[in-house]
Amino acid sequence: MWEYTDKLKDFFLNPKNVGEIENPDAVGEVGNIVCGDALKLTLLIDKESERITDAKFQTFGCASAIASSSALTELIKGKTLNEALNLTNKDIADFLGGLPREKMHCSVMGKEALDAAIANYRGQQKPAEAEEKIICKCFDVSEEKIRKVALENHLTTVEEITDYTKAGGGCGACIPDIEALLKTIWSVKAMPKAPVALKKLTNLQKIAMIQDIIEKDIRPRLQADGGDLELIDIEGNK
Amino acid sequence: MKTIYLDNNATTAIAPEVYEAMTPYLTQLYGNPSSMHTFGGQIHKKIEDSRSMVASLIGAQPEEIIFTSCGTESDNSAIMSALQLYPQKRHIITTRVEHPAVLSLCKYLSRKGYRITFLPVDSLGRLDMDFFYKSIDNDTAIVSIMYANNETGVIFPIREIGETLRERKILFHTDAVQAIGKIPINLRELPVDMLALSGHKLHAPKGIGVLYIRKGVRFSPYIIGGHQEHGRRAGTENVASIIAIGKACELASKSFQGETLYIANLRDKLERALIERCPNPRINGDVGNRLPNTTNLSFEYVEGEAILLRLNEHGICASSGSACTSGSLEPSHVLKAMGVPFTAIHGSIRFSLSRYNTEEDINTVIEIMPMVIKTLRELSPYGRKKDEKCSTPYYLES
Repeated sequence: MWEYTDKLKDFFLNPKNVGEIENPDAVGEVGNIVCGDALKLTLLIDKESERITDAKFQTFGCASAIASSSALTELIKGKTLNEALNLTNKDIADFLGGLPREKMHCSVMGKEALDAAIANYRGQQKPAEAEEKIICKCFDVSEEKIRKVALENHLTTVEEITDYTKAGGGCGACIPDIEALLKTIWSVKAMPKAPVALKKLTNLQKIAMIQDIIEKDIRPRLQADGGDLELIDIEGNK
Repeated sequence: MKTIYLDNNATTAIAPEVYEAMTPYLTQLYGNPSSMHTFGGQIHKKIEDSRSMVASLIGAQPEEIIFTSCGTESDNSAIMSALQLYPQKRHIITTRVEHPAVLSLCKYLSRKGYRITFLPVDSLGRLDMDFFYKSIDNDTAIVSIMYANNETGVIFPIREIGETLRERKILFHTDAVQAIGKIPINLRELPVDMLALSGHKLHAPKGIGVLYIRKGVRFSPYIIGGHQEHGRRAGTENVASIIAIGKACELASKSFQGETLYIANLRDKLERALIERCPNPRINGDVGNRLPNTTNLSFEYVEGEAILLRLNEHGICASSGSACTSGSLEPSHVLKAMGVPFTAIHGSIRFSLSRYNTEEDINTVIEIMPMVIKTLRELSPYGRKKDEKCSTPYYLES
């Protein structure tokens, strides 16, 4: 059973702004029925002020997908398009008092639908399917989407990418590609940082740092092959 | 709010008679059955009584029954025993629709270098027997095929499989966790070498299982330690739960006459009504050959978790094969193996009944479920046009 907040449950059981606006100014459609969730967002936009005057949604998906969609419509009503573009998937999750980690992709779907609707209003074309490099074939997730979501949410592991985009959660064949992509994203990002001055560490600090690396990087891989590793002691810098 | 429990393939209520029988062993009668003193030793006798009751439900001899901690342990023990005893044989046959107790173990063994055949099923969830016959070879150490599927209730041809394997002298294990207590099983005339069952699926508590090992079939223990269970399963006996599963088996053997029919009738009423009242339904599984308590239905254009949580608001407990309920992103491996379209898997709901369900329970679900489907289809971008009329139950129409 998922740990949903009361606010999320309320937005699932009594969703606000359900439906489809007739003659909308903007439409954003994301997801598909095969993947398990889909969202159609329709907007009314005041031409002069570029303000969203009404927003409605239709969602096929689980409780958190429905609640996230409804939260999105509440969040963007009354905002200008530029203000709405600044909204992040985290804002949607926060509005609901947080989402279970594995359900973060529901908030990402909301943000995607919003971006799609605004692009639709502004006459921007979504890049053609052929141009997009699809990484995860099970859930049809592009490299661009993974890159964007990873940067926006500071995601560094494949599990996090799966929680936020579903990529890698199907057959798993693309997991090495996601790992490689994450490496390129974060190595480029880390470059401009000035080198940190080396400072003397106490043994405890060293142990904590080593344990951290063992826990996060080394142990999961060893355990995957049935092995394990334990830090016994530190002598000086060895 | 009254709980309407229709998730009995997940777990069952402890029968009041079972609870009553087991409680003395949690309070006054706490002795260790291996002790020399009467206080402990007398309990040994009670365990043997319980063993006889389990044996009699499935047509076995008491000495063919060993108590384990759960169905999973029984399944694991059976398969690992075969591999221990026949180390030169490196092939296992199982199905694509097994419970994880067998499926995950086989996948693990496949990573360890064993060759595993996962038998496919057809669109009704029936086993591909041609594939089965073709898969058997001299390298096959054990065949592990479930008696009945937990998600769809479809019953597999255990006799036919067992007869073939007996001729070929290949060990045959069946995970009968879902079948026991729901349909009669008589091992006196059924060629099965090992069989697993679980207490909490037949109104005993969680944490108790049984492994049946036919007399004459060699067995290599999975848990090594003391002499309990004649050295075949070490560990101090879970006395209260052993007493409980004995009582539960006794109740189950009495239930076959009337109760099975009662449950089947309720299930059929529920199924028929939901199909009538919710547009675009679909039954998953072979309706002609399944457990009497199970129905697995799909409602396209809506998602299972959302259905479950809405039902939950009315105290109705069921389960779904949808991806969103699994914790992973993968929908039901059983429905996928059957080739059920993804649109239908996401909207799949399983109701599984027990003798404690009433006509009133079923009427409530018949009333609530169409409303839930209708509401969710209205929310869905796919559902609207296809679902204008979700009819109201007859007794609410004025």
